[in-house]
Amino acid sequence: MPKQTFILNGKTVTLNVADNVRLLWVLRDLLGVTGPKYGCGINVCKACTSHINGKAFNPCSVRVGDLKKKDRVTTIEGLAKTAPGDLHPMQQAWIDFDVAQCGYCQPGQIMAAVALVKKVRREGRGIRDSDLDSIRNICRCGTYVRIREAIEAGARRMR
Amino acid sequence: MTTDFGAPDDLHHDLDDSGGSAGGAVPYDRDDPFAGLDRRKFIGYVLAGSTLVVAADIASARPARGAVPSPPQVPEIYDLEDLQTDSALPTSLFITVKITKTGRAQFALPRTEVGQGIVTSTTMILAEELDLPMSKIDVTLAPARPELLLNQLTGGSNSTFSTYTPIRVAAAIARQKLLEAAAIQLGTTVDRLFTTGGIVSDNLGNQLTYGELSVGAASQVVRAVEVVLRPKEKFKVIGRPRNRTDARAAVTGAKKFTTDLKVPNALPTMVCRAPTHGGTPKRLKNRAAILKMPGVTHVAQVPTGIAVRAKTFGQCIDAIRKMQVDWNPGPVAKESDATVLAKLRKAELPLVVPDVPVLAQTVNTNFAFAFRSSAALEPYAAIADVRKDRATIWAGLKVPILAQQRVAEAIGLPQGKVKVNVITGGGSFGHKLFGDHAIEAARISKAMKVPVKLMWHRADEPRQGRLHPMATTRTRATILGNQVLSFEQRHTSVTTDFSHGLGEMITSQADELDPIGLGGFTFAQSIFTLTQELPYNFGVVTQLLNEPLEFEDKFSTGSMRNIYSPDVCVAAELTIDQIAKKMGKDPLQLRLELIKNDRVKAALEKVATMGRWGRKMPAGMAQGVALHKEYKGCTAVLVEIDCRPQTVNRKLGPETVTGPRVTKAVIAVDAGLVINPRGLEAQMQGGFMDGLALTLTSSCHLKDGRFLEASWDNYFYTRQWNVPPQVEVHIMRSDSKTPGGAGEAAVGSSAAAVACAYARATKKVPAFFPINHGKVSFKPKSFVPPVPPSPTNGLKKTR
Repeated sequence: MPKQTFILNGKTVTLNVADNVRLLWVLRDLLGVTGPKYGCGINVCKACTSHINGKAFNPCSVRVGDLKKKDRVTTIEGLAKTAPGDLHPMQQAWIDFDVAQCGYCQPGQIMAAVALVKKVRREGRGIRDSDLDSIRNICRCGTYVRIREAIEAGARRMR
Repeated sequence: MTTDFGAPDDLHHDLDDSGGSAGGAVPYDRDDPFAGLDRRKFIGYVLAGSTLVVAADIASARPARGAVPSPPQVPEIYDLEDLQTDSALPTSLFITVKITKTGRAQFALPRTEVGQGIVTSTTMILAEELDLPMSKIDVTLAPARPELLLNQLTGGSNSTFSTYTPIRVAAAIARQKLLEAAAIQLGTTVDRLFTTGGIVSDNLGNQLTYGELSVGAASQVVRAVEVVLRPKEKFKVIGRPRNRTDARAAVTGAKKFTTDLKVPNALPTMVCRAPTHGGTPKRLKNRAAILKMPGVTHVAQVPTGIAVRAKTFGQCIDAIRKMQVDWNPGPVAKESDATVLAKLRKAELPLVVPDVPVLAQTVNTNFAFAFRSSAALEPYAAIADVRKDRATIWAGLKVPILAQQRVAEAIGLPQGKVKVNVITGGGSFGHKLFGDHAIEAARISKAMKVPVKLMWHRADEPRQGRLHPMATTRTRATILGNQVLSFEQRHTSVTTDFSHGLGEMITSQADELDPIGLGGFTFAQSIFTLTQELPYNFGVVTQLLNEPLEFEDKFSTGSMRNIYSPDVCVAAELTIDQIAKKMGKDPLQLRLELIKNDRVKAALEKVATMGRWGRKMPAGMAQGVALHKEYKGCTAVLVEIDCRPQTVNRKLGPETVTGPRVTKAVIAVDAGLVINPRGLEAQMQGGFMDGLALTLTSSCHLKDGRFLEASWDNYFYTRQWNVPPQVEVHIMRSDSKTPGGAGEAAVGSSAAAVACAYARATKKVPAFFPINHGKVSFKPKSFVPPVPPSPTNGLKKTR
C-alpha cells in the first residue's frame, strides 16, 4: 500500500492508502476530519470545498496519490489558524449574519467564500454581484441571501 | 436585503434591559400585580431527583378551545396545528427540565433539529422563564421514547406551537422552586427575592446561584405544583432576534451530522440500487470478485439492493460500479411522466357547476405539477449496530418512535431492544419524516453481523428516494360583475405516503374530528382538508383531493415541505389573477377586496407598499403577488421577475440553468407570537428559495420507470445565480399570545407569486410546473452502474 504524505491544516500527515482513493474519503473516513461534507461526490454541490495551497478545490475529485508532499491542504477545521484571531473573519461574518440553518453546506460555503475573496484580490478588484452569482455551492436550506451578505462583510474584514 | 423586525415595541413593550438592581427581575408570586386573565395558572410537577427536576403536562398547559362551529372551511377553526397539538396531549407529562449542580438547565427536546432553528428558539423559551442566560441552557434532542407516542413528531410546522406552553410551565416551576429553596436558605420569603442571570438575590446583597440551590430545591417525591407564566409584556428574550446556538459549531466544522460520528467499527456502507424506481435485487452475480476489491469487507443483499461495506465510501462507490446484478423491475417500470399524467387526468373529480345566475361568467384553469425530490443536501444516512439481542441506531429522524418500531420489525427484535439516537439532520424538507435510512442500515448490519455507517449516494436520492408526487389542479370560478360566486378546486395527486405518523395522529383523533365531518376521509384527504384554506370571500368554495388507488404503494413519496399547499396555492393564485383579468381589475386590488381576514390583508398591504406594487416595468418584466394562510398565520409575497431574452438566455457556463430571474422578493409574514425574529426571517428566506425552485426549475423526469435526475447538476434546486438580488422579509406585528408555524409558511405563497409574475411578464399562463420541465436539458447519468464515477480532475479545477 503506497505511503501518502501531504500537509493538512499545517501539519504533515503520512498514511498508507491506495493512490486512487479520493482525498475526501481520506480526510473523512481515514483521518476523521469531517468538516468537508459529502453532497454529490462528483464536484457539483461543492459541499466538500477546501483549500489546496490557498485555492478552493473539491477533495471528492482528487486522488490522494496526486497530492505532492508539499501540498498544503486546508479544511474548515484549519481555516481559523490561517488568520489572526480566534476565528477567520469569514467565519465570524457567518456567525454575525447567522447564516447557517442546518449547517451541512456551510463549511464548504465559507471555504469557497474565502477563496473567492482572495481570487478577486489577485485580480486587483472587489467582489461584484456577478462573483456572488457564480458561487456554485448548493444550500438546500436556501440561506443564499445571508451568504451573500456575510461574504461582503467578511471580505471587508479580511486583510 | 433589509429586515424589518419592526421597531422594538413591535415585539416587546416597555423593556427594561438595564440589568440594574431590580432591572428585568420580575418577582412573580401569588400577589403578582400582573395576575389576570392571561395569567392563568398552570399545573406542573416537581419530580423526584438528586437535583431539581421539573415537568409539565401539555394537557393542562393548553388554552381551552371553544366549541367547533359549522364550517365554511375547516382550517379556520381546526387545522393541522390543532390536530398535532391535540395528539400530543396525553403524554406530555414527560417534558422535563433539570437544574444541575453547576447551575445549568438541561432539556431533551422531543423534536428534531434539521436546520429550522428549534433548538435555538427552545433555548430562548427556557431562558425567558428561567431567567438563565442561553449559554447555560443545554437543549439536546431526545432519543426515541415510545411512551411519548405522537408527541415526538417533527412536522407540519408544529414544533414551537405545540411545545411553547409546556416548556414554559416546566421552566417557570423550576424558577419558582429555586426561589422557594432560596427563601428557606436566606430566611426570607419568596416575594422579597428576584432572579437574574441564574442567580437568586435579595435586596440585602445576598445571592445564591441556581447551582447552589439545585439540591435544596430537589424533591424526593413527585408533587403537582401551580405556577403562573411570565406575561408577554415582560418578555426579555422571546421576541428578540438571536443567533443560533449552534452557529459557532456550524462554521468551524465541529457540528456533527450522522456520517461524522465515530461509532466503533461502523465502517462506510452504500447500496447498489436498481435502475428502475422501486426495483429490487434478484442476485449479485460477481460476489467473490466484489469481496476481493480494495477496502471491501462485506457484501449483503437486502430488499432495497446490494449493500457493500468498505474502509472508505469511495471504495463502496468503486465496488457498486463493478457489481453485476440481476434486478426485478420496479412497480412503475412501464410508467413515464405522460402516462402518469394521463391517469391523473382521468381520475380528476368532476367540477360541479353550482347554481349560478345565467349571466355569470366562468374562469377555468388547469395545471400540472411534476415529481420533485425532497432530498436534503445531507443524503439519507444512518449508523446501525445490530446484535443478536439488541440494536442501536443513530440517524436524523423526525419521527424516531416510528423508526424504532419499523427497525424492530425489520430485524425481528422487540421495540424496547432498539435504541434510536436522534442526530441533528443536514436538512429535512419532509424527507426525514421517514426512517427508510435507519431501517435499511439495520437490515444491512443484521445481514453483515457488523456495525455499518450507511450513506445513500446522491444519485440514489432522486431516483429511489422520497418524492413530492406528481399532481394536477383543476379550478373553476364563476363570477358575476365584481363578485366571485363560486370557487372549486380539484387536486388530483399520485398517492402521498403519510405512513410516517401524521396518519396515525389522525386516527387517534378520529372521534374529535367527526363533528367537523372528517371521519370518513382517508389520511390524505384529512391532511388536505386540514391544511387548505382560501382566505378569500369566494362564495361557494370546495377544495377536494383525489389520490387514485392505482398509485397506492407505487411511488416512494412523502410530505415535501408544505405538503399540498405549494401546488394548490400556485393554482389558486393564478386563477385569481385570471378572475381579475376577466373583471378588468388590478390583481392586488381584487385580492384586497376579497380577503376575509384583517391579518392577511395587513400582510398583503405591507408587501404592496414595500414592494411598490404597480410600479412601471419594462416589457418582459412584471410583478406578481400572492398570499397563503396556514399554520395559524399567513404570508404575503410580492416578486418582480425578468423574463427578457437577454436574461432568460444568459450563459453562465455548463451545468448552469438560468432562465427567468426573480430580481426582487418582498415577503410579509404574520406568524403570531414570534420567538426568534432572526430565525423566522431565515425560514422565510429559505422557504422562498424552495418556492422559487418549485415554480421555475426543480423537478424529476420519469421515463420508463426511471427518474432521470441523479445529482445537483440536473436536479435544479435554486442556486446563487437564481437568487433575487433583493430579498426583504417583514415580520408583522401580532397580538397573538401563541406562536404559529414558520418552517413551511413561505413556500406556497412564494411559488405562487413567482408563477403569477411569470404569467404577467410573458402574458402566458403556464400549464405545467416547473416551467422548464418540458425540456430535458442534461444528459442523464448511467443507470447501470447506478452511481457515477468519482472524478479525478479536481486539481485542474482549483479556483
